Amino acid sequence: MAVGTETASAESLSSELPQRQHRTLWGDVWLRFRRHNLANVGVVVLVLLVIGVLAGPLIYTVDPEYSFIVDDIDSINQPPSVNYPLGTDDLGRDTLARNLFGGRISLAVGVVAMFVSITFGTLVGVLSGFFRRLDNPLMRFTDLMLALPSLPLLLVIIMLFRDSLKALLGPELGIFLLVVLVIGILGWMPTARVVRGSVLSIKEKEFVEAAVSVGTREPAILRQHILPNVLSPIIVSATLGVAAAILTESALSFLGLGFPSNVPTWGRLLFENKDFITQNPWLVIWPGMFISLTILSINFIGDGLRDALDPRQRR
Amino acid sequence: MGQYLVRRLLTIIPTLIAISFVIFAVLDLAPGDPTSQLPETIRPEIRQQIRKAMGLDEPFPVKYGLWMRQFFVNEPLSLLENAFDIQIGDGEKRLRVTSWGSRGVPVMDMIMERMPQTLWVVGLAYIVAIAIAVPIGVVSAIRQYSIFDQVGTFISLIGYSIPTFFTGLLMILLFSVKLKWFPMIYDTNLQIVDWRSFVEQLRQSAMPVAVLGFFQAAILARFTRSSMLDNIPMDYVRTATAKGFRERYVVIRHILRNSLIPVVTLIALGIPAIFSGAIITEQIFRVNGLGALLIGAIQLNDIPLVQTVTFIFAFLIVVFNLIADVIYGILDPRIRYS
Repeated sequence: MAVGTETASAESLSSELPQRQHRTLWGDVWLRFRRHNLANVGVVVLVLLVIGVLAGPLIYTVDPEYSFIVDDIDSINQPPSVNYPLGTDDLGRDTLARNLFGGRISLAVGVVAMFVSITFGTLVGVLSGFFRRLDNPLMRFTDLMLALPSLPLLLVIIMLFRDSLKALLGPELGIFLLVVLVIGILGWMPTARVVRGSVLSIKEKEFVEAAVSVGTREPAILRQHILPNVLSPIIVSATLGVAAAILTESALSFLGLGFPSNVPTWGRLLFENKDFITQNPWLVIWPGMFISLTILSINFIGDGLRDALDPRQRR
Repeated sequence: MGQYLVRRLLTIIPTLIAISFVIFAVLDLAPGDPTSQLPETIRPEIRQQIRKAMGLDEPFPVKYGLWMRQFFVNEPLSLLENAFDIQIGDGEKRLRVTSWGSRGVPVMDMIMERMPQTLWVVGLAYIVAIAIAVPIGVVSAIRQYSIFDQVGTFISLIGYSIPTFFTGLLMILLFSVKLKWFPMIYDTNLQIVDWRSFVEQLRQSAMPVAVLGFFQAAILARFTRSSMLDNIPMDYVRTATAKGFRERYVVIRHILRNSLIPVVTLIALGIPAIFSGAIITEQIFRVNGLGALLIGAIQLNDIPLVQTVTFIFAFLIVVFNLIADVIYGILDPRIRYS
């Protein structure tokens, strides 16, 4: 009863105030994000890249593995031209088609690996921030994982388990799962630390105390009060996590230890073509440029989101 | 300070043991056989005997224990012997960790052979990075939102977004292929005997150092800038300015000294990362350093060599974390006592 009268009076109060547009939390975030110029450029570039990579192979239907030598012996190492928009490689394969397919895999690896690391990082972070007994062992474990040399270990694990997974799930899916899982499992630690920090500070807030005092159970407190409030650091680290995962996959492929040679990824294209840099520099420039543009735009977006989600900047 | 140091030193022992366990377990549980490189004509019984002689049939804890003894007792002793040219116990009988790929050459000898190239490139790159990044970060922070700051921030964002393997290839394209200023491939056999060969050494190091240094400088400059910006609004800065000190004095004696505390820590923490980054740079410019050794060993399935190099990378991380903590403790007394 008392609650009902209070909402009613609040409503009458707000109707007396001068009419003002209703603002939501995410609406505010969007408004602040719009003000960040570089982040908007990042969004545009990234959207173009994603659309190009997803829709591109449907429109530009050239087989990335087809060698044009069959039709024309002079079609190897061509510079960009009308027939071959981005040129051809040393085996006469179309560079545009290969880059489009490569982008699909690179972006897919980035997104899926990010989900793995964010899920794991959030879980560890929330558990160790919320349950005091788990805090010390989980944080020691995180420290230990941070002390592992990630690039050498990634190389080693992929080299060692590549063949057995290939036999088990086929060359493409097997390697994809392996790369994604290993990148995710070796990359969750920063997220866990950030999330733990936020959970620790939110746990002490009055509204959590209030929820505890009216008898809300721990799972409900976690779900309804803690998780929504640690969403912003998770979103920021998810964004930057995609960039980091794409970078790691490219580095692995560049060292020749990523996907097999019939699965082009941007990093793989760099690895394959780096020895032809004197004959045909375009082969290296395109995939390198696509990787750099993707990473750069994601980092810009991450910066913009960090500023937009920071409640201290709210006006 | 002494107590703090001892406490920190003691924590690295369990960490190192845990890391060595992870590295050993990953490699031991993985499929792969050291005799797979041997000719097919060897009969299965003999192959089995070779495996037995290598100790591959022992249970896991025994293998791990033996490996630990080799690694933490035998190898350091041999290193000491070589370093000071002395004899400790029975050096001949001591079992060393040997490579599977190179017919029993001790792994540590191979690593020591490769170390100078990596140290030269990595060290030079880091010095260049610090020399560029700190002044840029400081000036950007003092003149926040100026043209210099905006250009600097933009370039550093680009610098750490473009992967080193792409900047490396672009530099090869520009400076080796088009302009022919620098050699494309790093020649490790180059002996520095006179001025000319010294210049040649500098020329061939220029691109690997620039690639690694640019990437690291981008990170450091961003960090220095934000650390300076944290300190500029502080009360002690206003007090110093109010007392009538010139801006230059306030910046150098007050703001910079306090802002550099986290920067110095980051510099120490970044050293292991730059070693990992060198794996890629070495691959681009064909520097046959530690990273190239690791890649080669992985391709040959040379497990002892892979274990050792990976452990050295882990050891670097742990040691430089410790160094960073100690420096932080020395520079900022609040850390020690909390």
